[in-house]
Amino acid sequence: MSRVLVGVKRVIDYAVKVRVKPDHSGVVTDGVKHSMNPFCEIAVEEAVKLKEKKLFKEVVAVSCGPAQATETIRTALAMGCDRGIHVEVTGKDYESLGPLQVSKIFAALAKKEEASLVILGKQAIDDDCNQTGQMTAALLDWPQGTFASEVEIEGDKVKVVREIDGGLETIKINMPAVVTADLRLNTPRYATLPNIMKAKKKKIANMKPADLGVDIVSRLEVLRVDEPPTRLAGVKVETVDDLVAKLKESGTI
Amino acid sequence: MFPACRYSIQGVEMERFADEADVVIVGGGPAGLSAAIRLKQLANEQEKELRVCLVEKASQIGAHTLSGACLEPSALIELFPDWKERGAPLNTPVTEDLFSILTKKHRIPVPMLPGLPMNNHGNYIVRLGHFVRWLGEQAEELGVEIYPGYAAAEVLFHEDGSVKGIATNDVGIAKDGSPKDVFERGMELHAKVTLFGEGCHGHLAKQLYQRFNLRENCEPQTYAIGLKELWVIDEKKWRPGRIEHSVGWPLDRNTYGGSFLYHLNEGEPLVALGFVIGLDYTNPYLSPFREFQRWKHHPFIAKTLEGGDRIAYGARALNEGGYQSLPKVTFPGGMLIGCSPGFMNVPKIKGTHTAMKSGMLAAEAIFPKVTAEDPASETTGFHIPEYEENLKKSWIWKELYSVRNIRPSFHNYFGLYGGMLYTGVFYWIFRGKEPWTLKHAGLDSAQLKPAKECLPIEYPKPDGKLSFDLLSSVALSGTNHEGDQPPHLTLKDDSVPVARNLAIYDGPEQRFCPAGVYEYVPLETGEGMRLQINAQNCVHCKTCDIKDPSQNINWVVPEGSGGPAYNGM
Repeated sequence: MSRVLVGVKRVIDYAVKVRVKPDHSGVVTDGVKHSMNPFCEIAVEEAVKLKEKKLFKEVVAVSCGPAQATETIRTALAMGCDRGIHVEVTGKDYESLGPLQVSKIFAALAKKEEASLVILGKQAIDDDCNQTGQMTAALLDWPQGTFASEVEIEGDKVKVVREIDGGLETIKINMPAVVTADLRLNTPRYATLPNIMKAKKKKIANMKPADLGVDIVSRLEVLRVDEPPTRLAGVKVETVDDLVAKLKESGTI
Repeated sequence: MFPACRYSIQGVEMERFADEADVVIVGGGPAGLSAAIRLKQLANEQEKELRVCLVEKASQIGAHTLSGACLEPSALIELFPDWKERGAPLNTPVTEDLFSILTKKHRIPVPMLPGLPMNNHGNYIVRLGHFVRWLGEQAEELGVEIYPGYAAAEVLFHEDGSVKGIATNDVGIAKDGSPKDVFERGMELHAKVTLFGEGCHGHLAKQLYQRFNLRENCEPQTYAIGLKELWVIDEKKWRPGRIEHSVGWPLDRNTYGGSFLYHLNEGEPLVALGFVIGLDYTNPYLSPFREFQRWKHHPFIAKTLEGGDRIAYGARALNEGGYQSLPKVTFPGGMLIGCSPGFMNVPKIKGTHTAMKSGMLAAEAIFPKVTAEDPASETTGFHIPEYEENLKKSWIWKELYSVRNIRPSFHNYFGLYGGMLYTGVFYWIFRGKEPWTLKHAGLDSAQLKPAKECLPIEYPKPDGKLSFDLLSSVALSGTNHEGDQPPHLTLKDDSVPVARNLAIYDGPEQRFCPAGVYEYVPLETGEGMRLQINAQNCVHCKTCDIKDPSQNINWVVPEGSGGPAYNGM
């Protein structure tokens, strides 16, 4: 009961201006700068910190995607994870890969690797779903501590301080459990060059979803992707009467 | 001289991890990658072990690459005769070549006779960033260790003064210079020879010129700034393979510069267009960015762009000095390759083929030395003058020599027209064989006239359809930097900007920076202004370091991975 599983997702870098494909089937990703999802970086940092405190023996980084996903796993290894698992999903399958399929994959791996803790980012910055952690816990029938801003291991339980709308909520859950990382959980360390070089020697196992008995057929079909409509300039009016007239004109009242 | 650290750290472990390679290459552009590839090709042919490590400050290979570009495939064919089978992204052969002199409303076509340096028969329009990415893939396949996202920040020296290698920058330093929790020292990479391929006006090259006196027998380098956009245009206006160049409007005859507009052929109706202005311009009120934006409104250009969408923006300085400005390129422990020393053929506006060739020549000179049993070098870091000798015997030298007088011929009363006349007579007829070599005008930074001697330029407001404002353009470059780090645009003297640049030249850095890094803003209390440096916007073009009339701005490399996120620029 000494292993942590961390999920890392390769997403379009947050500073890049995203462009919709000419056929409106999705966004342009070819050649676009990608990086590790910021919340996944925080998840990796937390997992590595727990290992450094000697609370766990091994941290395994997992990513689902095409060949380039191994670069993201390599960064996680450079931050201190011990080994990686690349679940290969390519082409159209990758375009339709969503939280339900990914959580099935993580659930299967958590069982296979006998993980005591699964740490994920709270959401990915490309789809903003905020679902994978919760679904993974449900599929495993494990407790979940989401939006974690503090994580403390107390014996075979985890104390999680959660960021919620009303403030902070502290819960204690039994392990094995799923935790999702929120912004203030920690500040991720840099993947420095000597660590990237060492990470090249760490193992990344390669497998397909079918090897885990997971069917990744999507139940969702994306019909169309469009840019948000250009924001039109507002109109200033001089008097309240003008305002009422304009609202009547536009059919609002 | 230039401090290795921009800060000092108390009570922090300062030892650095060090690793050894045979050759270290700084810069993953055409020159650096060609050198790496050639080294590994030779090593594999002769079944010798060779560790080649390449560091690149961009987060991925190609992300800081920006060029027109029209590629002459000569060097590529030498490097990879089977480049087509390997899938090199040369998808757009040039089919049409147009040259115009623009006036405010009209266009005078100039015939592109074969033999003129601008003639492009046999060349390809490429997205250089994608070409560089492909070179990176070839290099990795051959066994080169490529480390994108890591910036070489410091040159290391042996006791005998020869170059020992480089060190990457320390990370995790806050804006005020103090170490954050995530502070970590950079790493040292040692090599028998270190190649510096930083591109135009490299920051490490700047230090090496001083240290090894490499520029004592050549003229100072002269530069231009190139701004570029990518547009998806109306399919009806798309002419794949067409090259358009113009000179004239909106520049006056004494400001060197012109435009390019290339129609790519890669599936969608994409055009690469841009504007280049010589950095020897004299009017401090000139804004290269706004000249570029207003040029797009010329009827001949506007008709291509109308109904289209701008999808990318970027800028970079480029060399114009050519033959007269070539420094010594070898020194104990290292060499300079590519646009860093500067092999661009200015009238052809091509530098990629010569950059690649210089990298290949460097590799061929290095290989026998680093794999020899007895290296026979007087210094610990290898000094390999054969590279420079071979450069002088190569087609690079002949090419640069033949066009050496074209750019400087521009410095006459008739400016542009004098230059074109000179080109027509001496290049087209005599192929540069005239026995004299014209001089450049001197340092670009010394060319600005005081603001009071010049007229401010009335630029039109951007219309949001063809022309745009600066900040929305910068956003399209995808540039970003970790916010909490010391600004990498350093000032040698903090008082100079207001006392000199603003007082005498009306703060030209507000106008020549294509990314809005420099702003003169009122002081919070009292009278007066201060210079605000928005380092996060920087697109690493190096124009400020070149054009600052006080030479007070010193561009140093920020934390690796920062900077633009160009995709196929």
